[in-house]
Amino acid sequence: MSEIFAKGLVCPLDKNNVDTDQIIPKQFLTSVSRDGFAEALFFDWRYLADGSANPEFVLNEPQYQGASVLLTRANFGCGSSREHAPWAIQQYGFNVIIAESFADIFFNNSINNGMLLISLSAANIDFLFNRCKQGPQQWQIDLANQEILLGNNAAIGFSIDADIKQRLLSGLDFIGASETFSPQIDQYEARRRAAQPWLG
Amino acid sequence: MGQTLYQKIYQSHVVGALNGSTDLLFVDRHLIHEVTSPQAFAGLRQAGRQVRRPDLTFATMDHNTSTQVRSYDAAGETSRKQLEALAANCAESGIELLDLYHPDQGIVHVIGPELGLTQPGMIIVCGDSHTSTHGAFGAIAFGIGTSEVEHVLATQTLPQQVAKTLKVEVTGTLSPFVTPKDVILAVIGALGTAGGNGYVAEFCGDAIKGMTMEGRMTLCNMSIEMGAKAGLIAPDATTFAYLQGRRFAPKAEHWDAAVSYWQSLYSDADAQFDKVVSIDGNQIKPQVTWGTNPEQVIAIDQPVPSPESFTDLIKADAARRALTYMGLEAGQKLTDVSVDVVFIGSCTNSRIEDLRAAAAVVAGKTVAAGVRALVVPGSGQVKRQAEAEGLADTFKAAGFEWREPGCSMCLGMNDDRVDAGQRCASTSNRNFEGRQGRGSRTHLVSPAMAAAAAIHGKFVDVATLTGASA
Repeated sequence: MSEIFAKGLVCPLDKNNVDTDQIIPKQFLTSVSRDGFAEALFFDWRYLADGSANPEFVLNEPQYQGASVLLTRANFGCGSSREHAPWAIQQYGFNVIIAESFADIFFNNSINNGMLLISLSAANIDFLFNRCKQGPQQWQIDLANQEILLGNNAAIGFSIDADIKQRLLSGLDFIGASETFSPQIDQYEARRRAAQPWLG
Repeated sequence: MGQTLYQKIYQSHVVGALNGSTDLLFVDRHLIHEVTSPQAFAGLRQAGRQVRRPDLTFATMDHNTSTQVRSYDAAGETSRKQLEALAANCAESGIELLDLYHPDQGIVHVIGPELGLTQPGMIIVCGDSHTSTHGAFGAIAFGIGTSEVEHVLATQTLPQQVAKTLKVEVTGTLSPFVTPKDVILAVIGALGTAGGNGYVAEFCGDAIKGMTMEGRMTLCNMSIEMGAKAGLIAPDATTFAYLQGRRFAPKAEHWDAAVSYWQSLYSDADAQFDKVVSIDGNQIKPQVTWGTNPEQVIAIDQPVPSPESFTDLIKADAARRALTYMGLEAGQKLTDVSVDVVFIGSCTNSRIEDLRAAAAVVAGKTVAAGVRALVVPGSGQVKRQAEAEGLADTFKAAGFEWREPGCSMCLGMNDDRVDAGQRCASTSNRNFEGRQGRGSRTHLVSPAMAAAAAIHGKFVDVATLTGASA
């Protein structure tokens, strides 16, 4: 079975340790809404001090307009736990991020928004960055078979946690799934109250 | 085979197995604040769900509050709306809120321990990455996103997978001018900002045992800066003594039972860690970051490194970019570099001991001309105590601004910001580009080092100051 989770133009962001302050700076965090963060994505890199687009930032280059797959390097999403970071990335149009590694909280936040995050070896990441240098790339992500289809029958396999894969493929509401454990939660609370009454 | 402390706490919180490798864990304490909770409450309402355990949920206002005026609208219109949303959500759900006008309001990671909400053996979560702070008490404490905040509000549980375990042993005795902040910066320098990804770190060793609770909190606070999911320290007599008598600590009738349980919380002698790192505490010197992430750190007596000194080409390139952003040159001594702003505060270093250490350096001296210096206590309790001890007067007499509690200039969500190109000696936790304001240049240091930078107008090695006392 082949199932294309996502496909589209790849934008290469050639940096390590991209932190969530860079992904979306503080001034956009005062919102009480989940929407409206696309314009804030990579704000300090994307716009010059006068508010105009920074022509040197990769997201602003003409050949990457409309990109939906973000390629980057190690420890992407480190720092603050702000879920505004994956919201901004997703609302801009990216639904897949391929990197050497991700920070843990950012990873969970992204999965909870239905985004696919793929970790690959440094060698494979280098290979993909080199491919991007040859010209704009259109890739397809086959999640069921765990492959990135690069075109012309070239592909790179990836591994993914089985539980996460299942969640992304089925689109499960994770609160709903945990609510089916209500009887067990009740029992846990009763045991806890008896054994450690000081916990409340 | 024995178990690590992390594994013991994890297992005692398993409600059930969700599927293959994911467990549903019970959450003992859920701390919330204005910035990462409004969308979670909105989600609950949309789905027709209720807060399951408002009695285990506690809220405060800290991130976007003014530190000059105690008023909801002092930090702008959108901030006011966010603060009002938190107040309304807490009132509707029956959650205790320490709002701006409450005498014990403060930074969530300062007030949790102060109130005795944080206890050994607990699982504690909060929509803030520095939740790792609470691990100082031997709890599993970690930051979560807003979707997870909503999940915890609805179910008082969270799906989790077992993390790998990392043992960080700090041996020896720290020099008098070396603080827990210097220790954690040195650890991050050694392991890297991603060195802890996928791990829960347990800190141990003689240098850790000798630390106060405030010091342990500073240490665990920054374990997220090496990517660790959480940092924790086995509870001991220091922990129990800190907790006794606090508002939410176990009351007299339960105290002995609680202590007896807490005493079982340690890693067994034959427990296997996935990774072990040992650092000689005797060798650690006061630290200063020179770059734009916390692993770019040196001892105050070392020169700024050259990008070519990094064998990893990507690290070399990052160093080159960081030097440009920071306006520094390879080989430069930071003791020759002047500062524009000094910030003493944040969930890392705004507790009473931090303010005492800074005040000891400041006493009888004056902030250097042209330097803007501010002290932002971590909570109402810290503020009152510092005022009672005369520390506030010491700071004010020297020319420091003495503010109301909040996160303040650590992240500049309010109007406490560092201007573009300005250099700040900061006791906070992140030196990321733009963290304290667009174009701001942050150097992370201990409270004593920050205070010394304020007095001298440039970085100095606190160990070399005459008449300095630890």
